[in-house]
Amino acid sequence: MSSNKKYWKSVEELDGNSSIVEALKNNEFVEEIPTDEFLGNGGLLSSSSTSRRDFLKYVGFSTAAATLAACEGPVHMSIPYVVQPEQIIPGIADYYATTVFDGFDFANLLVKTREGRPIKIDNNTIEGAKFAANARVHASILSLYDSMRLKEPKIAGKNATWIDVDSKIKSSLADAKAKGGQVVLLTSTLASPSTEKLIAEFTSNNPNAKHVIYDAVSSSETLDAFETVYGERALVDYDFSKAAVIVSVGADFLGDWQGGNYDSGYAKGRIPQGPKGSQKISRHFQFEANMTLSGAAADKRVAMSTANQKQALVLIYNTVVGAAVPVILDAKLKAEVTKAALQLKAAGSAGVLVSGIQDKNAQLLVLAINQALASSSFSSIGTRQIRKGSNEKVAQLVKDMKAGSVHTLIMSGVNPAYSLPNSTDFVEGLKKVSLSASFSLREDETASLTTIAAAAPHYLESWGDVSITKGNYGLTQPTIRPLFNTKQFQDLLLSVNGFVGSYYDYLKSNFASNVSGSTWNQVLHDGVFVGEASSVSAGSADYTSAANALSQSKAVQNLELVLYTKTGLGDGQQANNPWLQEFPDPITRVSWDNYVTVSHADAKLLKLTNEIVANGGLDGSYATITTADGVKLENVPVIVQPGQAVGTVGLALGYGKKVALKEEMQVGVNGYSLYKGFNNVQSVSLTKVDGDHQFACVQGQKTLMGRGDIIKETTLEIFNTKDAEHWNEKPMVSLDHKEVEATAVDLWTSFDRSIGQHFNLSIDLNACTGCGSCVIACHAENNVPVVGKDEIRRSRDMHWLRIDRYYSSEETFAGDNERKENIAGLSSSLSTFNEMEHASDNPQVSFQPVMCQHCNHAPCETVCPVAATSHGRQGQNQMAYNRCVGTRYCANNCPYKVRRFNWFLYNNNSEFDFNMNDDLGRMVLNPDVAVRSRGVMEKCSMCIQKTQATILTAKNEGREVVDGEFQTACSSACTTGAMVFGDINDKESQVAKLVEDERMYHLLEHVGTKPNVIYHVKVRNT
Amino acid sequence: MKKVGDHNSISKKLFLSLALMLSISISSLAQEAAPAASATTAVVSQGGDPVKGKELFNTNCAACHKLDAKATGPALRGVGAKHDKAWIYKWVHNSNDLIKSGDADAVKLFNDNNKVPMTAFPALAEADIDNIIAYTMEEKAAAPAPVAGTVAGTNENAGGISNNVILGALALVMLILIVMLFLVNNVLRKVAAANGIVVAPKEPTIPIWKAFVRNQFLVLVTSIFLLLASGFFVYGYLMQIGVDQDYSPVQPIHYSHRIHAGSNGINCNYCHSAARVGKTAGIPSLNVCMNCHKNISEVSDTTSTAEYSKDFYDKEIQKLYKAVGWDKDNQKYTGVTQPVKWVRIHNLQSFVYFNHSQHVNVAGVECQTCHGPVQTYEIQKQFAPLTMKWCIDCHRKTEVKMEGNDYYTKIHEQLSKKYGVDKLTAAQMGGLECGKCHY
Repeated sequence: MSSNKKYWKSVEELDGNSSIVEALKNNEFVEEIPTDEFLGNGGLLSSSSTSRRDFLKYVGFSTAAATLAACEGPVHMSIPYVVQPEQIIPGIADYYATTVFDGFDFANLLVKTREGRPIKIDNNTIEGAKFAANARVHASILSLYDSMRLKEPKIAGKNATWIDVDSKIKSSLADAKAKGGQVVLLTSTLASPSTEKLIAEFTSNNPNAKHVIYDAVSSSETLDAFETVYGERALVDYDFSKAAVIVSVGADFLGDWQGGNYDSGYAKGRIPQGPKGSQKISRHFQFEANMTLSGAAADKRVAMSTANQKQALVLIYNTVVGAAVPVILDAKLKAEVTKAALQLKAAGSAGVLVSGIQDKNAQLLVLAINQALASSSFSSIGTRQIRKGSNEKVAQLVKDMKAGSVHTLIMSGVNPAYSLPNSTDFVEGLKKVSLSASFSLREDETASLTTIAAAAPHYLESWGDVSITKGNYGLTQPTIRPLFNTKQFQDLLLSVNGFVGSYYDYLKSNFASNVSGSTWNQVLHDGVFVGEASSVSAGSADYTSAANALSQSKAVQNLELVLYTKTGLGDGQQANNPWLQEFPDPITRVSWDNYVTVSHADAKLLKLTNEIVANGGLDGSYATITTADGVKLENVPVIVQPGQAVGTVGLALGYGKKVALKEEMQVGVNGYSLYKGFNNVQSVSLTKVDGDHQFACVQGQKTLMGRGDIIKETTLEIFNTKDAEHWNEKPMVSLDHKEVEATAVDLWTSFDRSIGQHFNLSIDLNACTGCGSCVIACHAENNVPVVGKDEIRRSRDMHWLRIDRYYSSEETFAGDNERKENIAGLSSSLSTFNEMEHASDNPQVSFQPVMCQHCNHAPCETVCPVAATSHGRQGQNQMAYNRCVGTRYCANNCPYKVRRFNWFLYNNNSEFDFNMNDDLGRMVLNPDVAVRSRGVMEKCSMCIQKTQATILTAKNEGREVVDGEFQTACSSACTTGAMVFGDINDKESQVAKLVEDERMYHLLEHVGTKPNVIYHVKVRNT
Repeated sequence: MKKVGDHNSISKKLFLSLALMLSISISSLAQEAAPAASATTAVVSQGGDPVKGKELFNTNCAACHKLDAKATGPALRGVGAKHDKAWIYKWVHNSNDLIKSGDADAVKLFNDNNKVPMTAFPALAEADIDNIIAYTMEEKAAAPAPVAGTVAGTNENAGGISNNVILGALALVMLILIVMLFLVNNVLRKVAAANGIVVAPKEPTIPIWKAFVRNQFLVLVTSIFLLLASGFFVYGYLMQIGVDQDYSPVQPIHYSHRIHAGSNGINCNYCHSAARVGKTAGIPSLNVCMNCHKNISEVSDTTSTAEYSKDFYDKEIQKLYKAVGWDKDNQKYTGVTQPVKWVRIHNLQSFVYFNHSQHVNVAGVECQTCHGPVQTYEIQKQFAPLTMKWCIDCHRKTEVKMEGNDYYTKIHEQLSKKYGVDKLTAAQMGGLECGKCHY
């Protein structure tokens, strides 16, 4: 029976008179395909020297030639040592303990070398080595192999020898002495007893010389305040592990505040401890303008401008000390601050207050409050020596230079032409200096202007000593022979001082005066020596007048710009490091950029927007920032930042470098140009500019949308008073119309994994601060390629480990869940979910490191048509690159979206001109891990090369593996204790106990994948 | 009968020539290499026993002296003629005293030899020294002629007549038979023609290729056969791409494992020491070679083969000296080195992880299992195909050596119970998992 239905081929058929329908009846295409036009051009075709037959011949010949050429295998050469050093065995890693301080970052390290080349930074775990590497220090290994490094000394832009450089400097110094001109050594903070002694010797030899210390990112006011009270320029080394109540007024101590490196102490107090039912964690209040890592970790975060923070600090001072300095603060904020202040006071010695306000009075109050509390986290003994810079002296130097009174200027480890706010003054003054020299890794903004660009070695090629804190003495030792014709700044000073020998000899000769109770060899082996720190007694200061002065400080008129440093680039020294450029900011998740962060309310006023465009990329408006003095920073991309205090905007320093950088790395704007008077708070106005900026943002989705099973959060109160099923609910499904636990239903048969090792990785969301060390450590260990800004924007990032950041759409995540529960009906659900996509103005933030979950019942394995991904008995989901044909079925079937596809060849490819494209940059590659080619899938391997190596070591030594020996790159980089890796078949291991913990849950447990990565419920002490 | 006589004469000639040829070949085989020239007896006898002297020389002197070449100390042949005996006694018993006493000869000798003092041998009796002198005064023996195919060649000649000669003779006989057949046929034709017999002409037949084309069944079978055969060969060709079994490239220095590992019996791990501890076995650095070659600057006369002369080997040792920067004459390192660029023979792909210590130290696998009878290789080659099948096959059948290794105690007990076996294979230990070798 025929149907009467009429089928429409196109809408055009609805129109009976359409000529298109008629045309399509006869022709395939409506329009003529212009074949005749091409073929009809007989003249052109016949005049061509290549006939069709010729073309086919060429094709055939070249195919045949290529085929034949491919048949011959390449010949590989092996060149052994002529005389093999005894300690080097090819294929076996050597570790050297060293201590790094580059003027900004510092850490106690173990450097892994293979065949004489350093390939990975690990943390030194010896007792006393308490400063762990952050993301930038982990990435610094790649800066060693930077192809843009200064490879030999240059005089006036021409290559020169060190002999010339030495004689030129010596004669200039003599000339200065004769003429009475000023000689200035401008360095970053050195924190090196030997170098400081050396400089003291230099200045005593040259009475016309002085030493100016310049920190690109200044902590001068804090040093001034400490000096006023304790009589020395130093920073307090807080111990947050001893604190029960932490109040931070604008101090991002989990970031770079006063050098940072407080994560591990802080995290110790954040993991619930004590008897069940009355477990304790510290309580953390954060009052800040920008959204920072500390704000994200805080139990209670209040967004407020720096002006308000000053008032808040006075208010806390009033409460703790019992003073009554007038305070002008909004009632709502006042209530929040008072609450924190009261708790701080109640905590007594278990409380601690820190502040990042750049104001001497504010810093005096910090000392006063902590003294009043008798805070056990606060100690004037063993102070940090890592910031010594003086704003006044630097300003004076620039003045002197402009006045022409500086004869010789020798710089080391600084780049003032880039990082000084008044860099134009500096550059002008530099022209009046008779001889200037800059010891630098790169021919940067400064070194390209100085008379002498002195090639300095990387810290992995240098000798040195570092005293990060008083009483703590670390040695820096070379781990590779200098790659280029470089010389240390200290060696120059030694030669000028007339010392015979190298800096190494000098270090050794001074060793006895720096260290008592240990030997040179021992300290060199350990990397660090902990001695007694002399105590300093507190003097007194007029705190009341400081509080009065602070309370009367004026707020800025316009918007308040708060300058900060990002986790990725810090002060910008390593701007040519592709790992750090590609590292997504933990908060905004944007890589390859800096930007001005604006609150939602201000963005609305100024009509600044962020939107996700069709290709999934994030676009943002441009704005021009103008300071009160009229300094302009044009076309700054805008990010609308949840949690940004209304009336404030944030901008990261360290970007916008242009000199001695690969083109891809020349991103962002230079925030230092607004860093007037080394003050991180500036009064600015913002105006919208035309155009949209294309961001490379790796996370489009901002909020959790009430999906509490991804990040499980609870409060300490509920955690302590209720059963685990309340706050760590097991997902249920319906089986035969009965509710059963989701994990009880399974498509797969289980394998017995009780024999041998069974690896699990535990991630405690309470301890994770989102610092990102693990991301870079994973990069270094696993040869993860850098793909560049465009590819990141296309969501083709290759990070094996990502740290997801979620905002709550209500005030808290609990509020989100509640709102989601209360949805009734379709229309309500549509509107509610739509609203929930937007983060709250002051959201709660959670970080969640996500890597391959190594599911025991892995969805990816089932769909691979060529069995390229399979499961090992040890629990690892294994990826055989050579088997993979690139269907990407596995990535599509992975519920965690952790599989990464090599869309292109990322090594030896000039389209991706990063470290894997040059011989120097490839020296960082780990020889135990394959470098993947185009068209294959890759993902976290749970560092199988490391677990296998551990097993093999045990086999070779004929023993069982001890707990703690198994490590992945991420777990060994994590010093907060958030990541613990090990064998759960060893029932005594730490990870086996963590698996049994009540807080343990699996990500997306209801999917039934049975992952080998476990998470721990986040408990907030609100 | 002219024709008959003609025929006979040809046969005779052929027979004669065959007999002649055979006799020549046999007689040539009867020749043997001339016996090695026997050592000439000592010309100068100064009351010592050269046989005892040789023994003493080898135990006491050979570490620093050679008879005919300078080593740490000077060459000693004919030393008895250079100095008088009393002087030699003094020198050997304590050269240092002699030098200090200002003896001109002694000081000169000391200075000529880089001022390296000679170990004093006060325990050597004068009679012993006499014996040693007697040994050094023996005339240099003429080098024995190299024995053809001492080691490299197999015993092809042992059975008398070689296979090639027999085959050649047979081929010749066949050829003669064919010629004879042809001649006989010719003769018969002539006889038939002479007798007037007409040979019937052949009926025209279809050419064989046309017949073949007409037979469709045959065409089908043949084409199927050809397809299968070509498929077989194409598959075989494709499967050997990248498989470099028997790859034996020419190396910059002709290094013979036959001499080192075979004749001298040096343990593989002496040179490839990293094999016990590391991922790679390692090509020994040149200072390892110099541990022995500082004293061995030329091969012994018996080392040379028909293919490679003593002269050839000696030149190869000179290449080593050049690379390592060893000045043989002055017994010093010059400091000028030229690292040797060996051609890598075993090339595993970068996506395969192989660790020698796992196999050599933990599993106790003999080097020869994978590398073949290296001690017989004059030129090193790749013995194993190094394909995944080859690895896997071995993992399937090789039992894990867990005796005395505490790592395996627990895991073996549990696993062997699970699989119900006494001894676990590498495969049962998890040695077939992709991720164990590919990461």
